Amino acid sequence: MARNVTTRHKISATVAAWIVALIIFFPILYTIITSIKTEPEAIAGFSLWPSGTFENYITVQTQRDYLKPFMNSVILSVGSTILALIIAIPSAWAMAFSPTKRTKDILMWMLSTKMMPAVAVLVPIYLLFRDFGLLDSRIGLTVMLTLINLPIVVWMLYTYFREIPGEILEAARMDGAGLWQEIVYVLTPMAVPGIASTLLLNIILAWNESFWTIRLSTTNAAPLTAFIASFSSPQGLFWAKLSAASTMAIAPILILGWFSQKQLVRGLTFGAVK
Amino acid sequence: MTLKTILLGACSALALAGFFSTAASAETLTIATVNNGDMVRMQGLTSEFTKANPDIQINWVTLEENVLRERVTTDIATKGGQYDILTIGNYEVPIWAKQGWLLELNKLGDKYDANDILPAIKGGLTVNGKLYAAPFYGESAMIMYRKDLFEKAGLKMPENPTWEFIGDAARKITDRKADVNGICLRGKAGWGENMAFITALTNSFGGRWFDEKWTPQFDQPEWKAALQFYVDLMKDAGPAGASSNGFNENLTLFQQGKCGMWMDATVAASFVSNPKDSKVADKVGYALFPVKGEMKNHGNWLWSWNLAVPNSSKKADSAQKFISWATSKEYTQLVASKEGWANVPPGTRTSLYNNEEYKKAAAFAVPTLAAMNAADITKPTVKPVPYTGGQFVAIPEFQAIGTNVGQLFSAVVAGQSTVADALAQAQTATTREMKRAGYPK
Amino acid sequence: MATQNTKTLARLMMAPSVLLLLVWMIVPLAMTLWFSFQNYNLLDPSNVSFTGLFNYQFFYTDPAFFQSIWNTLVIVGGVLLITVIGGIAIALLLDQPIFGQGIVRILIISPFFVMPPVAALVWKNMIMNPSYGVFADISKFFGLRPIDWFAQYPLFSIVIIVAWQWLPFATLILLTALQSLDGEQKEAAEMDGANFLNRFIYLVVPHLARSITVVILIQTIFLLGVYAEILVTTNGGPGYASTNLAFLIYRTALLGYDVGGASAGGIIAVVLANIVAFFLMRAVGKNLDR
Repeated sequence: MARNVTTRHKISATVAAWIVALIIFFPILYTIITSIKTEPEAIAGFSLWPSGTFENYITVQTQRDYLKPFMNSVILSVGSTILALIIAIPSAWAMAFSPTKRTKDILMWMLSTKMMPAVAVLVPIYLLFRDFGLLDSRIGLTVMLTLINLPIVVWMLYTYFREIPGEILEAARMDGAGLWQEIVYVLTPMAVPGIASTLLLNIILAWNESFWTIRLSTTNAAPLTAFIASFSSPQGLFWAKLSAASTMAIAPILILGWFSQKQLVRGLTFGAVK
Repeated sequence: MTLKTILLGACSALALAGFFSTAASAETLTIATVNNGDMVRMQGLTSEFTKANPDIQINWVTLEENVLRERVTTDIATKGGQYDILTIGNYEVPIWAKQGWLLELNKLGDKYDANDILPAIKGGLTVNGKLYAAPFYGESAMIMYRKDLFEKAGLKMPENPTWEFIGDAARKITDRKADVNGICLRGKAGWGENMAFITALTNSFGGRWFDEKWTPQFDQPEWKAALQFYVDLMKDAGPAGASSNGFNENLTLFQQGKCGMWMDATVAASFVSNPKDSKVADKVGYALFPVKGEMKNHGNWLWSWNLAVPNSSKKADSAQKFISWATSKEYTQLVASKEGWANVPPGTRTSLYNNEEYKKAAAFAVPTLAAMNAADITKPTVKPVPYTGGQFVAIPEFQAIGTNVGQLFSAVVAGQSTVADALAQAQTATTREMKRAGYPK
Repeated sequence: MATQNTKTLARLMMAPSVLLLLVWMIVPLAMTLWFSFQNYNLLDPSNVSFTGLFNYQFFYTDPAFFQSIWNTLVIVGGVLLITVIGGIAIALLLDQPIFGQGIVRILIISPFFVMPPVAALVWKNMIMNPSYGVFADISKFFGLRPIDWFAQYPLFSIVIIVAWQWLPFATLILLTALQSLDGEQKEAAEMDGANFLNRFIYLVVPHLARSITVVILIQTIFLLGVYAEILVTTNGGPGYASTNLAFLIYRTALLGYDVGGASAGGIIAVVLANIVAFFLMRAVGKNLDR
């Protein structure tokens, strides 16, 4: 397996990769840098070395408490993802291990439920939420996010489960394992990486969902997307403050993503690896 | 097995969290407001109110203007009942009051002195003699210009400038090499963005949106003259990217010394004259919104942000108590004592403009009052109109129509369409929408 | 091996998600369909009446309608093109042995973690702004007049912003697939004297076909509904240059508060999305069945 890699090749690939990576990351980096500039500095032209001030973060925090929307974001994204997994795991399991002719069609149909533009159904959904008393409730938004992401969760799990060789299950069955044991002792250990990456991807998707989370929340359930919407001011200089607020809003998910990128990557195969 | 435990734990935690969120205390007011500077200041002073009213708690929902407007409108129209106090413009107040969505403000207290409110503003918030909203701050439009650049160019801003003068002056001041644009005006598509300015401009040119039979008037010579004037001016003396500049973009440009003149809401004056953010704070002069030739129409721009109570609120008494506090003379005093007179919310009360301290602290006080007094939203232009509203038309359909037309006009500024095409398209689009809405009514 | 027993069990296990999604599809769809035949303006609730197909006709005759469909397709196509080609290129690059691979990978996937409105605001204000943006600063450095992105190239600007958000997704999927390519196979090809281009065309591309299909499918679903980026940056203008179908519906629904019209628009959008999906499945769907 030893490929002969010259150092020169490695260095040129490294340089190229780093340039691409820095270009792609630049908007985020510049946002973080801008967040520690003063407002006049923020528009004074290109600069990567600001004087360094935490004034913006303090201003943002005094204008709007960060903790509550942060907690809501955590509750909504984690809650909806777990709920989606509970519903999706059995069906993905069934599709993967007892596939029928229609399995693929069902999957496509599930994806197609995402085709209705959200703006078009806002009023019907708002009316439903009002009638069920779900406006501005975490439960309502959790259910909403679950439904939105369920098709993707099913799809991801399905493609992952499908890679688990069926022979192993059969072998287990031969050994007299019941369904429950089959799931707990054979399937679960093999499925955990796939479930983990599905979990991560959907936390990210739910965290970033910014149509329903703003429209269906007021104060109690408002997550960080609503927090951000209060800082793109139509009056006066706001770029540094907005950058600080943006940094606060994306930092948790960015850090989570960074630490878990290995797990995330493994599950993003969508059955591509076969 | 651990996974299962985690799942169960998370679920119960979730359920508990949801349970507690519904158990709110009895008198909590939920107030929806925009994140403009004056409102953020009000939010910062909440504790002064709750100290005096310990039985009331305040929950703020602060959102960017467009998001707030759609949130609040959806909620009130579907009777969602999410808010106890709404921050809405004088565009919404009469429309919503007629629908019966707002409560009459009749418990503002004896000390409130509603007669002190500027008549033009109060008129816009009153329907059938009843007050449906209390103004938090108000604005008209005026010229802000750079005294130093005018001097350098050998120009002098007249008391009562005309568009002809403004056009010449803007072109004279423009110095692309020094990054100085003669004039900055709104170009970003939107009924509250470029259309606010263009409508005021057209008013002063003698044009109107609709005739008495609600027929759109874009095929009339006044619109052609006004739009042509605006487009040429932006091409010769406007900044780069003018078609995506709104209020805030122009504010930034002006504060950075990149504009010789800027015509916009009077509330901008306190920003451009604030040395903390503005590089040109000590060089700004003010003048009335221009007129066209001999016509005496200053565009009739008039806007106010107001506090109102939706009729779905079950806490109307407390809500009125808060509104009374936030729009009172005492609140003005409070802001003045904490943040200085220049930062008090402008444009709502006559008494403020009789206050010598305010006039001393705010050089823009007198020009602002002059601009507000010059505005009459019941008679926006010389020809008769079936609607009210200065820089907008106070009908429910205007948000969509205005934005649509705004898109067409911003294309002209961007150089992707012509004045004639844009006007023809605007005429078609507006006729279409009006017919659908059932006009003439 | 599937017995009748396990089949029933499988159905039972699928039931919750299928039923939930069925309800989630039918209830809003039915309500939208119902409203689409009503003359219902949110700001005038006293005046609701049945109008038949009028809303559809009205939406279809909107001067922006055809351009908005074209723009929708341009956004979907443009973003797919950039993300698939860019994704393959970056994946190939990351597949090489490089120093600091972990960090590079982290930097590249980061845009995926940014909320769409934040991404749009950052690009609009700090990158593409003709007065203060980084692009303008670069132009000025070279003595050029800054490009006014959102006026001169509105649709292209939006494609860039959206592509930036989706590039990490495509890259990750393609990279995972690339890394699963058998090292020995690659080596064998190298031994046979196949040059890079040949290796790429005959070995890499067929191997990636399935993941490319997945990228296209999933992204298309999301890209058909792009509107937040447009709202934040160009407001659909100048003219109708950057109005797509989703934004047109937004304008009808949340500026005009025309529930009937927006519902008709929504139904039209669903129908069009299904047509797109149909052709998509015919074009690339067979890759899924391997």
